[in-house]
Amino acid sequence: MSSATYAEEQSMVEPLAERPMHHAREARPREDAHAHSSPTPVGFWIYLMSDCVIFGALFATYAVLGGNYAGGPAPKDLFEPGFIAIETALLLFSSVTFGLAMLRAGKADTNGTLMWLAVTALFGAGFIGMEIYEFNHLIHLGAGPDRSAFLSSFFALVGTHGLHVTGGLIWLITLMVQIRMHGLIGPNMQRLGTLSMFWHFLDLVWIGVFSFVYLVRLI
Amino acid sequence: MASEHIQPAETFSPIFGRLTLDWIPIHEPILIGTFAGVALGGLLVFALMTYFRLWVPFWKNWVTTVDHKKIGIMYMVLAFIMMVRGFADALMMRGQQAMAAGGSEGWLPPHHYDQVFTAHGVIMIFFVAMAFITGFMNYVMPLQIGARDVAFPFLNNFSLWMTVAGALLVNISLFVGEFARVGWLAFPPLSGANYSTGPGMDYYLWALQIAGVGTTLSGINMIATIVKMRAPGMKLMDMPIFTWTALITNVLIVAAFPVLTATLALLTLDRYMDFRFFTNDFGGNAMMYVNLIWIWGHPEVYILIIPCFGIISEIVSTFSRKPIFGYRTMVWATGCIMVLSFIVWLHHFFTMGSGANVNTFFGITTMIIAVPTGVKIFNWLFTMYKGRVRLEVPMLWTIGFLVTFTIGGMTGVMLAIPPVDFQLHNTLFLIAHFHNVIIGGVVFAVFAGVTYWWPKAFGFKLDEVWGKRAFWLWFVGFYVAFMPLYALGLMGVTRRMNSYPDAAWQPYFIVAAIGAVLILAGILCNFMNFYVSIRDRKRLACGNDPWDARTLEWATQSPPAPYNFPEDISVVGREAFWQMKKENYQFSTDYQPIHMPKGTASGVVISAFALIFGFAMVWYIWWLAIASFVAMLAIGIAHTFNYNRDYYIPADEVRQTEAKGALA
Repeated sequence: MSSATYAEEQSMVEPLAERPMHHAREARPREDAHAHSSPTPVGFWIYLMSDCVIFGALFATYAVLGGNYAGGPAPKDLFEPGFIAIETALLLFSSVTFGLAMLRAGKADTNGTLMWLAVTALFGAGFIGMEIYEFNHLIHLGAGPDRSAFLSSFFALVGTHGLHVTGGLIWLITLMVQIRMHGLIGPNMQRLGTLSMFWHFLDLVWIGVFSFVYLVRLI
Repeated sequence: MASEHIQPAETFSPIFGRLTLDWIPIHEPILIGTFAGVALGGLLVFALMTYFRLWVPFWKNWVTTVDHKKIGIMYMVLAFIMMVRGFADALMMRGQQAMAAGGSEGWLPPHHYDQVFTAHGVIMIFFVAMAFITGFMNYVMPLQIGARDVAFPFLNNFSLWMTVAGALLVNISLFVGEFARVGWLAFPPLSGANYSTGPGMDYYLWALQIAGVGTTLSGINMIATIVKMRAPGMKLMDMPIFTWTALITNVLIVAAFPVLTATLALLTLDRYMDFRFFTNDFGGNAMMYVNLIWIWGHPEVYILIIPCFGIISEIVSTFSRKPIFGYRTMVWATGCIMVLSFIVWLHHFFTMGSGANVNTFFGITTMIIAVPTGVKIFNWLFTMYKGRVRLEVPMLWTIGFLVTFTIGGMTGVMLAIPPVDFQLHNTLFLIAHFHNVIIGGVVFAVFAGVTYWWPKAFGFKLDEVWGKRAFWLWFVGFYVAFMPLYALGLMGVTRRMNSYPDAAWQPYFIVAAIGAVLILAGILCNFMNFYVSIRDRKRLACGNDPWDARTLEWATQSPPAPYNFPEDISVVGREAFWQMKKENYQFSTDYQPIHMPKGTASGVVISAFALIFGFAMVWYIWWLAIASFVAMLAIGIAHTFNYNRDYYIPADEVRQTEAKGALA
């Protein structure tokens, strides 16, 4: 037991008399119950970290199984850099336009916000459309997820990201309806803030996907 | 049971999927008896609730509530019910192994026995132990930090009902189809599409996925609560130890459960869509599954035990009438365990053949965990040292915990030595070890906690005599049931055996079965205790602070008002309630309206559709799966259109509630 701990133990035996009276309820205004700032951003951050762990497990699976072609096609046979570059650009631009929507929202410009959100949704939908096309194309080539462990881990990782973007799109459209109904009121601003975190997070994950799934395997 | 036949895909019906009448186990007398019992019990409850017109109050006050205290109690009820189910499985196994020696086949055929041990493990971990600790964290933690509710009350209700939906799906498998026959962690390729063709394995997957959503969301919720909702003035290093352990447990939940979600999802893809993650062919790798599942699984055992350390800390301190010894070391020890629990997973499969260096690393990290755990044990002992120890029932369980958990921990250190593990891997020694820490650790601490916080939740104590009977039967029963398994394990007896040729082992198994019967008597005493105490609640009635406790939850009424505290309290320093008592602090009578969250039916309705979705996926009823999934999504979205989620309890009502509490 270190001396610091010992001192602490000592202080805990008789800690009370020397301390000031502490239940100073009059010192604070009544509204303090609401002075707890909203737990939503913290909670949503924690959710994003849990989601990050899911992606971590999928990345790890791709890292371990990604070389197991089982005599089937390898990344170089399947991935087209130009196509992936456009797909990536769509998602990255959608993050920029979401940022522009947030700027308009900060200026309380409802129509501007909705407009940039709509542009974001279009970019997002374009990204999803390209992904569906790519998946369809691969399955058509006989390079579906049942062909090899490499393709299984590819479809699982990229598909999970795609499902997240799809979920984000549904949320985005719902929120646009809600902003249309109620304007940029407090709860809607909070939702906009959390959706923005979600959207940028998916962008970040995609940068990981782009680098480790496509880029590294092509060079 | 129709579990052996393989249904060709052409025979699946578009309406019922692969569900046919053959899957109803009408030829199994045990299941028919159980079904009759459950159905009769259910009808009785239904009739009584209808007769006493309890459905509306039940729906309004319990099902749709967002009150963390009621949600906590419902988790506990779920855990106790599922404990009966899981323990019935245990008795069946002990009975089977007591009989099935030297050529005898016992009373359970292999395909039934395999389901029983799988269900026992799954239920005891996910729906008993997890439900117990989540119940405690829900009930106690917000009170200890002086909060009115958790950070996200609706999410809390939703988490509860998702857990219940998962539990229901496991129990439905008893009467419709079968359960998995793969052991509680379902290693492929046995759990893959080729070797587990029936719906049992799919019940396993969907039950755990649905319940897992609830667990993860509950973990996020609790962290946000502890980070954001503490009473003003309560610093992190002022939090009660139980709240600290709740925080660390929930960090573990949020970090570990997503791995389980991902792993089970990959296995689901293998089974449903011919993915090749864990198959023997096409480049799959079953050891990938074993690694992933234990990266969740080892933190999981600490998720179970760490809140129990918190419960024990509160009780030791209260019943020794001393602050906990070494508060800071207690917190740091818990933090160390949190980190270390993520770098020991490979000790579950030293025999995989990773080589001496890898095994050495994981053996050493595993042994290091014994250090912070030892710090805790000594802190509890030093708290008792020169304290005025009161040997009431919670303290009996605590001392039983200290002795039994320490023994279990030490056999764990034995297993952490790779060469020893090569001898003991998958033997009954391992079974004895983890029951030693889970029963001696989690279960004893849970009963200590139930006895300790029961008066807070209901306003009267549990009966002392029945409590002591339960304790001694459990305590003795545990040793009688599991010490023979250590011996058998050292003789090389492997786990999960339906029958065995060597009749020399039989006496040990018979002693173990006697131990299980003693534990059964202990469980009956637990329930008898509830019955007697509720019947004699006038005699057992107690004030708000029956144990002369030290933490904030005891500053509330028993049971606490819906808003917990009549004013917005602020605290300085540790043991806030102890200080309030010393200062003779009284709550202000200048009552103000209190801001509260409203109840909602969204959580239970979405969870009901999740249950239908899971059932439809198990049986390949695709139309129903799509419909219920769309319904979940639609109700979830509709819920976000409701902006009117809170209300104020008027000051007058607060005044009346407080006056009533003062009389009690």
